[in-house]
Parts: sequence; structure tokens; C-alpha cells
Amino acid sequence: MMKTLLEIKNLKTHFFTHEGVVKAVDGVSLKVDRGKTLGIVGESGSGKSVTALSILRLIPQPPGKIIGGEIYFEGQDLLKLDNKEIRKIRGKKISMIFQEPMTSLDPVFTIGHEIIETIQLHQGLNKKEAREKALEILKIVGIPDVEKRIDSYPHELSGGMRQRVMIAMALSCHPTLLIADEPTTALDVTIQAQIIKLINDLKKRFHTSVILITHDLGVIAEMCDYVAVMYAGQVVEYAEVFTLFEKSLHPYTQGLSKSIPRLNKEVEKLQVIPGMVPNLLNLPPGCPFHPRCSYNFEKCRSENPELIEIEDSHLVKCHLFTEKR
Amino acid sequence: MDRKNNQLKETRTQELIRRLRYNKSATFGLIIVLILILCAIFANYLAPNNPSPSPPELFNALKPGFWSQKGIEGMPLGTDALGRCVLSRLLFGARVSLSAGFVAVGIAMILGITFGTVAGYYGGWIDAVIMRIVDIMFAFPALLLAIVIVTVLGQGLSKAMIAIGIVYTPQMARIIRSSVLYIKEMEYIEVQKAIGSSDRRIIFHHILPNSIAPVIVYGTLMLASAILDCAALGFLGLGAQPPTPEWGAMLSKSYSYIVSGAWWAATFPGLAILFSVLGLNLLGDGLRDILDPRLKI
Repeated sequence: MMKTLLEIKNLKTHFFTHEGVVKAVDGVSLKVDRGKTLGIVGESGSGKSVTALSILRLIPQPPGKIIGGEIYFEGQDLLKLDNKEIRKIRGKKISMIFQEPMTSLDPVFTIGHEIIETIQLHQGLNKKEAREKALEILKIVGIPDVEKRIDSYPHELSGGMRQRVMIAMALSCHPTLLIADEPTTALDVTIQAQIIKLINDLKKRFHTSVILITHDLGVIAEMCDYVAVMYAGQVVEYAEVFTLFEKSLHPYTQGLSKSIPRLNKEVEKLQVIPGMVPNLLNLPPGCPFHPRCSYNFEKCRSENPELIEIEDSHLVKCHLFTEKR
Repeated sequence: MDRKNNQLKETRTQELIRRLRYNKSATFGLIIVLILILCAIFANYLAPNNPSPSPPELFNALKPGFWSQKGIEGMPLGTDALGRCVLSRLLFGARVSLSAGFVAVGIAMILGITFGTVAGYYGGWIDAVIMRIVDIMFAFPALLLAIVIVTVLGQGLSKAMIAIGIVYTPQMARIIRSSVLYIKEMEYIEVQKAIGSSDRRIIFHHILPNSIAPVIVYGTLMLASAILDCAALGFLGLGAQPPTPEWGAMLSKSYSYIVSGAWWAATFPGLAILFSVLGLNLLGDGLRDILDPRLKI
């Protein structure tokens, strides 16, 4: 079995709007190994979600379009599949959990109905068998009193419960890759911790790879093996999770780390990264981060740096390090 | 465990009934509509006489009803110009009018939901083409368009139903389209896409059930106008043909006798139209209030 499950090569997803072309994802390359978790961090509008949606080819088209790149999943280029083939991958091989558990379940159906539908769609079981499986998976995700809850409507459940149901739905067909798009953002903190633990447990249990999208570095630290930091549609740093927290290289990643409050350090004013995320319609020339970067020099304003490997599986996209070499 | 679930479901229905009871005009409308439906179903048993005897009993023509000494036994609402029992014709007329209304609205719903959903879901040029055709159809007054269609299709009750159905299709299509446009952006539709549901499955299992509420409300209101328009076509001689006991046709055949004092033959069909339209409108308005989740009573 190949070690690499998913490999994204130079993915470009652009949105063609009336105001111009939005380069939401512009040349992203990533790799996910079997059974590992890749975290993607970045501010709003950095292209994290669009990258995830591109993997499943869920980009609303028009205005969006994947204009270049390859996405190899189990050796198969997902971008070359036709609609019917990609539908068979969705939900069965690659599942997705969304940010808003409150609105992610169809209000007119019971949760059981939705999970049973998903199971039947991909596994060709009859209703009774599918119901058995649904009960089983709901038990696994920690829904109490499943026999009763399976016939509940979404509005009868709390946010945390709904997110558990969403996870059950996503895992009901034992996918090899789970994409979690900010799965804990809409939940309160105690529930967040439970959901993170649940995803971690299930990952081990089913040997599923996970792509976790978040802007919460705390969540990254708890869950991920590798981390990709995105800025303005590009990966600016890619490293193992410890490396990233110990010795991040890119000024943007350093800025992000400094902007989280820590309990074990002296109380001082939290640092913020000055400025705003650039408008994707009108990116600055050169490195897109240079207007906010305190290290910026001549070359940053004219030339966009390449993503280069500094040491083993630690990649960074910054002229500070291209210069040194 | 089952009992608790049943209780939950019961309270939802109970809530609906409670809201309906609070809404006096809707209750009134519902009662009228129920009476109308019962009359239509049991017309055979309720009608004292044959609504269209042949040959016509002309010696009984234009006799008054129970309020007058000159009336005939067994014809409580009098007789029309051909000596037929007005009450019996009204009861059978309820059957004609209601079924005309339901068929016309049914046609409008099937066509409207199909075109509206396709336009709303797929968008782009399909949407543009469908909605421009809808706009063109909206440019004509409803009855005028119906008359044109009947002229093309030929006269008769069934043709009138089809015509009215076609005339109401654009309204239905617009209503369903706007609801589909809203529903298709919901997260649970995206989730369905992400688990590999096909477009067909998403439309039939997830979009339609969620966007059907306004269709029910407008369908009820449309039923009233469909009955009215069908009566209008009948009045113009383009709808039901004699001897079908259709309210509009009854009215048009009898209104000239009002001057000579035989007011009953035209008044009662008029009242029947009035009350059925009133009842359906009250019910439709009530349903709109009841089904609107923002108005919690």
C-alpha cells in the first residue's frame, strides 16, 4: 500500500467574478499520508476552504473553476474523473464535515433517515441493515440513548450533538480521508474539546487520514501531524507540527504564533500582525505578504518567492531563506 | 421510548390545530371549504332531483322556491328557465367547480414546480430562458390568456381546466423558483453534495420538501381564483357546455330573467361562487399565517 494517500500538485482554483479574477487558490501543493492528519491554517480568505472543496470538486461553477493542477487520491487524478465517478468517491472514500452543525442537517428528516440514506447510497444495503449500521455508528460517536435519538429531528438536538451526527454521517461509509472544515468553530469550548477528542479517537479506530482546516492553532497542536500555513491562496510554510511550533521560519507563521495567548508566559501585550489580508482581486506585486512583513526588502516587492525545502519536510516560501542559500 | 416520540409528533399536529383554532377567519374558511367538499362528494345523495332531466320539464320553468306559495314541492330553491332544480344543479355544480379548480391548480403545480425548480436549481441560461417565457406570460391578463388558449384548444370544461392551469403556471414557477434559490444555498444541500448525492436525489429528497410550504399556501389561494376563472369561462360560454351544471354557466343562462322577477336562478349560483371563493381565500390566508414559522402564536 502506498504511503501517500492524497497528493495535491500545483492546484489553482480561481473565481471569475464581475470585478475580476479572484485567485482563491494559486499553486497549492500538499501531501497527506495514510492515517496522518494534515492541518491547514490561515486567516479568513486565505484559501483553506476552497482547497478542501476543490479536492471533492464542490467548487460552485460558475463562478469558480479549477484551472490547473492535479489531485492524486489513491493514485487516481480526481480532477480527471467524470461527475458520476466523483460522486462515488464523495462520502464513500472522502467525506467532509462542515463548520455549521446547526444548518448542516436537513430539517425535514430525522437524523436516522439521513444516515441511513447515506449508507444505502454507497453500500447497497437494505433498510434494516442500514439502520443497524446507523445505530452502530451513532453509538460510536457518542450519542446517548441511540434507539430513541435516531428518530429525532435536527431541531431537537444541541449543536454538539448535531456535529456528532455530522461526523457519524461522514464516517458511516468508512472513508479513507476525512476533511474537517473548521469542525469546532461554531461550538462552545467544552464541546470543542470533546469533538476534537472524538475525531482523534475515530481517526485511530478507522485508520482514517484527516485534513483539518482551522484558524485555531490550539486545535492544530492537539490534532495534527503536519501543518500547512496558507496566506492569500498559497502555502507559505509546511512542516511537522512540532517543528512549526518550535522553530517556525516564515514571518507570517511567527506572527500567528505570537498572536495566541499562552498561560505559561509572562503577561504582556499580545502581538498582532499589522495590516489586513490583501484583497485577492488586487494582490500586491511580489510576495503577497510583504506589505505586512517587518523583514521586507527590495526583492520581496518585485518577485514572489518559491516554496523551498529548508530541511527534511520543512518547506517555506520566503526570500529570507532563498537569499541564505 | 416510542411513547415519548409520539408525544413529540402529536404536539406538532396539536400545535397546528391550536393555531388554526386561534385564527377565526381561517376556521370559518375551512368550514366553508369542508361543506363544499362534502356537497361535491355526496351530491348524488343530497340533491333532491336530477340536475339535468331530459327532456326538460318546461312546464316547471322559473318557479320560485320555498319562500313562495307558487313554488313546487321538492324544489326548495326554485327552478331555472328549463324547469331544472336549482339546488340540485348547485350541488352537482360544486363537484364540477371544485374538480375544475383542483385539476387546474394541479396542472399549474406540476408544470410550475418542474419549470421553477429546474430554473432555480440550475440557474444560468436555462433559468434565463424559462423566466423570460414566464415574464411574457405574465404580460397578458390571466383571463384573456385563458380565452386565447381555449380558443386554440377548443371549448369545453376539460379544455378550460387545462387553459387555466397553463395560465397559473408562471405564478407557481416564480414562487417555487424563489424558494429553491433560497434552499439550494443552505448548508445541508452542500452536505448532500459532499456525501455523493446526485442532483436528482438532492432536488427530490431535499430541495422540494423544504420549499413546498409556500406552494401549499398559494395553491389554496389559487384554487379560489381558478374556480372563479372557470366560472368566468363558463359564463362566457367557453367552459362547461350545457347541460353540465356549472355555476358560471348557470349564472349566464339565468341572469336575463332577473328583470322579470325570477332572481333565484341567477342569485344562488352567484352566491355559491362567492362563498367558495371567500372560504378558500380565508383558508389560504390562514394557512399562510399558520405555516409561517416567524409568526409564533
